[in-house]
Amino acid sequence: MTAQWQAVIGLEVHVQLATQSKIFSGAATAYGAEPNTQVSFVDAALPGTLPVLNRGAVEKALRFGLAVGGSIDRQSVFARKNYFYPDLPKGYQISQYELPIVVGGSLTTALDDGRCLVVALTRAHLEEDAGKSLHDAFQAATGIDLNRAGTPLLEVVSEPCMHSAEEAVAYLKALHQLVRWLGICDGNMQEGSFRCDVNVSVRRHENDPLGTRAEVKNVNSFRFVEKAIAYEIERQIRANEHGEKIVQETRLYDAAAHRTRSMRSKEDALDYRYFPDPDLPPLRLTEADLEAARAALPELPAACHQRFTQALGLSAYDASKLTEERALAEYFEAVQSTLPGHAKLAANWVLGELAARLNDAQLVIGQSRISASALAGLLTRIADHSISGKIAKDVFASMWESGSSADAIIAERGLGQISDDAALSIAIAQVLSQFPEQAAKLRGGDEKIRQFLIGQLMKATQGKANPAQLNTLLRQALTDVK
Amino acid sequence: MNALRFADINGWRQALLAAPSAAALTASSQAMARASQAQLNACITLPELASPTHATGAALAGIPYAHKDLFCTRGIRTTAGSKMLSTFVPPYDATVSARLADAGAVLIAKSNMDEFAMGSSNENSAFGAVRNPWDSDRVSGGSSGGSAALVAAGVVPFATGSDTGGSVRQPAAFCGVTGFKPTYGRVSRYGMIAYASSLDQAGVIARHARDCAEVLQQIAGFDPRDATSVERPLDDFRAACDLGVRGLRIGVARELFSAGVRPAVAACVRAALAQLQAAGGVLVDIELPRLPLSIPAYYVIAPAEASSNLARYDGVRYGHRANAASDLAELYSRTRSEGFGTEVKRRILVGTFVLSAGYYDAYYLRAQQVRRLIAEDFARAFANVDVIAGPTTPDVAFKLGENTADPLAMYAADINTVAVNLAGLPAISVPCGLVDQLPVGLQLIGPAWGECKVLAAAAAYQSITDWHQQRPPAPAASGSPR
Repeated sequence: MTAQWQAVIGLEVHVQLATQSKIFSGAATAYGAEPNTQVSFVDAALPGTLPVLNRGAVEKALRFGLAVGGSIDRQSVFARKNYFYPDLPKGYQISQYELPIVVGGSLTTALDDGRCLVVALTRAHLEEDAGKSLHDAFQAATGIDLNRAGTPLLEVVSEPCMHSAEEAVAYLKALHQLVRWLGICDGNMQEGSFRCDVNVSVRRHENDPLGTRAEVKNVNSFRFVEKAIAYEIERQIRANEHGEKIVQETRLYDAAAHRTRSMRSKEDALDYRYFPDPDLPPLRLTEADLEAARAALPELPAACHQRFTQALGLSAYDASKLTEERALAEYFEAVQSTLPGHAKLAANWVLGELAARLNDAQLVIGQSRISASALAGLLTRIADHSISGKIAKDVFASMWESGSSADAIIAERGLGQISDDAALSIAIAQVLSQFPEQAAKLRGGDEKIRQFLIGQLMKATQGKANPAQLNTLLRQALTDVK
Repeated sequence: MNALRFADINGWRQALLAAPSAAALTASSQAMARASQAQLNACITLPELASPTHATGAALAGIPYAHKDLFCTRGIRTTAGSKMLSTFVPPYDATVSARLADAGAVLIAKSNMDEFAMGSSNENSAFGAVRNPWDSDRVSGGSSGGSAALVAAGVVPFATGSDTGGSVRQPAAFCGVTGFKPTYGRVSRYGMIAYASSLDQAGVIARHARDCAEVLQQIAGFDPRDATSVERPLDDFRAACDLGVRGLRIGVARELFSAGVRPAVAACVRAALAQLQAAGGVLVDIELPRLPLSIPAYYVIAPAEASSNLARYDGVRYGHRANAASDLAELYSRTRSEGFGTEVKRRILVGTFVLSAGYYDAYYLRAQQVRRLIAEDFARAFANVDVIAGPTTPDVAFKLGENTADPLAMYAADINTVAVNLAGLPAISVPCGLVDQLPVGLQLIGPAWGECKVLAAAAAYQSITDWHQQRPPAPAASGSPR
């Protein structure tokens, strides 16, 4: 039934900019403080107070604009969006309306089936957040917490160019990765640092004009976005097929019921009476501002991914994993740069042992108890055959617990591989005389028995024998006797 | 009678130096203010006097002043002339309040004003009309009526005002004192309760231009808390008062002497121009063709901004709050119906209308275009002249109640003052004669940042005339108003 319908999806994402203070006041933005403890006179909209723009928020918006290849207007304007609500202290929200700071740009990402998805962006604009209404905190009253009021947001608006929940989620994940990568947002979706409104419409054929859209507000996890879109597409197709008219409306996603429900229709839509905020002069950007932002721009995740696969020879999968977060990519870079030619080894350890440990301890890469240089120290001992991969895992565990270096642990516990020909030859002579039958079989060309003898040798050397060297010496020993 | 009644700043300064108790002398100003209440009703609050904490050498050490009741004063009730804020005690000082305190000036009264500075007669105050010291049947003018009346009655040597469409100059003209509005951006608006943000500018009312310069020197200058205050070096306003008018080119605009100007008033102003010419000024006929459009443009832009600026008075966080509202909409509508007076409601309605979808282009946008044309008219004129002169008001102070039934007639009387605000220019009103035993004001307008030219012309005029030394007739022996 859905085959003949095309869904059209556009996303509006509110990215909370990670500034120390609010966008128009000096109050702190930290999450989770006691209600109304991070509220300046400006945030509470006391009479006579005035907004003053935080340049830190502008700088972060610029970084985003450059990263998505958007055009950055030399002059953008803050406007007032007027409406009454108890958690909106001024009775208007300061936002950008006709002249946003970033226009256009795009985001490219890979879908699970390998297809490349390019999402065009309409705009990104700066605005302030509202406070919070606490409806359940008091009996027969609503509490107002203004801690969040004035927190800087970058609203990123995509074109209506996606056609499935899968595409929308892939775009959202790519955006989430990018804003964290750029260091402009902590990406914490539970705390509301990255919030999504979804616009969905359906049409019979891709050449038809756009259908009437519904906007689903505040869908705040990737899974909910996927479910809300899927529900909405199905609802609209069903309504169309039953000859019902889709009304333009705002809907809410009910996560418990996995459905969307109507919040208000277009007829109830507010007239926000936007006009330029006379308290804030137009934001003017100089070439120097743009230069500074360009200089501060890190290598972008896509370029980093490409370098990891092409220059370092990593698999696309490993490169994707390593570039999920800039801190992880940087950690990996720090490890592999001291181990030329061993990028794969470094990737395996960062994504394997280290990632598992971090996950168990619920730590992020920046909190790792083993620094990149310490891990590089361990991998160096694997690369030069001082220890085996198996012993390395034990050393890693000790490093994690004690904070000591790999070399210190290897020395202290005598874990260095036996690479001494004489010592290994003695062990070989002993094992061959202990297992004469097996030795004879191998000498006779029965290669299947080789693993058994190697196993015995490893046991005799407590696993410290260098396997490659051991093989060579064993071959020599058998030939010599023959 | 207090020997310091009608003293200027220098008079007070000399007396304070000689007095055994400077504090007691300053307090005598408040006693005069208290005694004047029955006749003038010029004060809303008479605060407890602060003990002087300033260095004795401070520029305005011990000088008493009245502060228009829309400048926030920490710990002292600040009402903006409204029932909405009748119990509001700000937790912070406006920049102007703080700078005057730093200069050693002593606040003796918060002066009466039209509610939220909306009015030209001071009849729109929730605390009752201010009466004109020259005739208590007549209005003081507005919106800084209380400040003008207190200076005219000789209670304080200076008072603050705010000027959005003439609110310093017009009451100064009606009360026979000197009122100075600086260039928009010259004095910080932080803590000055907003009426129309793009037009509001703090000003000074004093006995003469030299004292206006004295006070402006203390309150002017960039403020990081007001994004519209301008960072530029401060001129020496006091020195400018000695520059004289020799060679100063004085533009005489036909439009400022339009048909609405009473011939006797025009005659006073023309006589003043002749005296300036005799003193070496050069009179130049100029045109301001778009000036008549300033009334409609002003009465679109100012209400538009006001409708948004006053949205914060919602009963949620501070100020008046209606009792027993059953839901949010009722809380808002009852709070605002009860808290605001008629003129404020009228301007909120007009402002909301002109910003509404479908009307924005025809009203707000068109008014902004007109505003630019008016600014261009002035810029063109100032290419050829140093100052522009004309009557401040078309007539002398009118009777209480005379215009209240016809708001449009009241608005039309602002014709000579509002264009100056639309263009953001500095202007002064100085007394230049009496008609029907009531003061007439000469307005001198300067180019942007041309305060010194305005002050030079005004001070020169006052050095050759004594209109500014005229005193209102002593109140009737009973002192009782009707």
